[in-house]
Amino acid sequence: MSAEPAIRVAGLGKAYAGRIVLRDLSLEVQSGEVVLLLGANGAGKTTLLRILATLARPSRGRAAVAGYDCVRQAEQVRARLGLVGHGSWVYDDLTAFENLRFWTTLAGRPAGPDALHAALAAVDLDRKAGDRVRTFSAGMKRRLALARLALTEARVVLLDEPFAGLDQRAAKWLEERLAGVKAAGGAVMLATHSFGRGLSAADRVAILAGGRLALDAPAAALSPDDVRRLYETHAEEGA
Amino acid sequence: MSYARRAWIVLWKDVLTERRSKETLNALFFFALLLLFIFQFALGPDRARVGAALPGLLWLGFVLSGLVGLGRAFLVEREQDCWEGLLLAPGDKSAVYLGKVAGNLILMLTVEAILLALFAVFFDVPLWPALGPLAAVIVLGTVGLAAVGTLFAAMTAHVRAREVLFPVLLLPVLVPVLLGAVKATEAVLAGEPLAAAGNWLGLIAAADVLYLTVGILTFDVVLEG
Repeated sequence: MSAEPAIRVAGLGKAYAGRIVLRDLSLEVQSGEVVLLLGANGAGKTTLLRILATLARPSRGRAAVAGYDCVRQAEQVRARLGLVGHGSWVYDDLTAFENLRFWTTLAGRPAGPDALHAALAAVDLDRKAGDRVRTFSAGMKRRLALARLALTEARVVLLDEPFAGLDQRAAKWLEERLAGVKAAGGAVMLATHSFGRGLSAADRVAILAGGRLALDAPAAALSPDDVRRLYETHAEEGA
Repeated sequence: MSYARRAWIVLWKDVLTERRSKETLNALFFFALLLLFIFQFALGPDRARVGAALPGLLWLGFVLSGLVGLGRAFLVEREQDCWEGLLLAPGDKSAVYLGKVAGNLILMLTVEAILLALFAVFFDVPLWPALGPLAAVIVLGTVGLAAVGTLFAAMTAHVRAREVLFPVLLLPVLVPVLLGAVKATEAVLAGEPLAAAGNWLGLIAAADVLYLTVGILTFDVVLEG
């Protein structure tokens, strides 16, 4: 399994009620690599992440995480995956600490109070550990969702718009966390519109347009302006 | 150990959120009170009529309040985007199901205890002498109600017409439990020993085991949608 790419997508297609969202998409992400996934609204970024996270089934083609098929071996995929999607997965009537305790225990990786407080401190929520999430802003809920990442040992991390609603400090923490995952040999796929933020952590930039892979290039070869120009060009093509 | 811990954490979360919000408990309490007023008006002061109808009324109250409570069992997961989290948590999903069943069981038994006390007051029925056997029947019947209700609540959680579909699906499946529970309640309220209702209790126990087994085996698929 070690020779397998962390993420492999081959000839992937997805249609919802006759509307094609992904078309013949092929992509690989190696261990220790961060891929920034860009695309306009409706380009298929979230659908791709949902297929990789085993939350949606492809209409055609294959998707695999750590060598495990996302449809036939969903449980094995889930055991190796960390996901922060659009939903924050927080219970409003639990405190921040209790929310983290719940999700880590449910994942079979119960963490001690020190580890939970450290994860909350990492996203600057340690002083709010005992507050009910009902009182949190959207950005604070997002930070709490990201705090789960600090407690996971996932080999593959999927992030959908992770910078949305984050303040500078939390965004910086996330970038450091991504670097940490990468250094530990993990792989990250990060879908975002805030490419200024994501680019600094990325090894590769992939742009989706109209459900197709319009660009897949090393991040080092692209300046933020290049990425913006390419993004706008392909967004127009895909529209 | 991990399985039990995962079931426990779901139960802990459900009990804690309900204890803090009291959304379902408050709604069920007023619903139960309303039911009792309606029953009181329908039956009047005739003690013979009340005595004959009591077992059925009691379970009607339990089932109707159960439908309201169970229908909300996965509401918090749906509204707060936590369904995906439950689905993606690695491991056997039946632990989530058992935790949910236990949470619903505690909630329903709490409401039933309140209902029972209100029945005794409203209808002036001496329930104390039969309380032990009655409690055994109620617990056994409620396990079945919670087991199948939790499964169906999960099945209909994402359906648009879930408020209609949930009772329509649930009530026919509950017939064996309701039949056994009403008959066994009738026997214990008549002062007969629990053993006299052995066959009915056996029917409820068999239904409980069947519902729990089906829930454990199929919850994985139900959660996947």
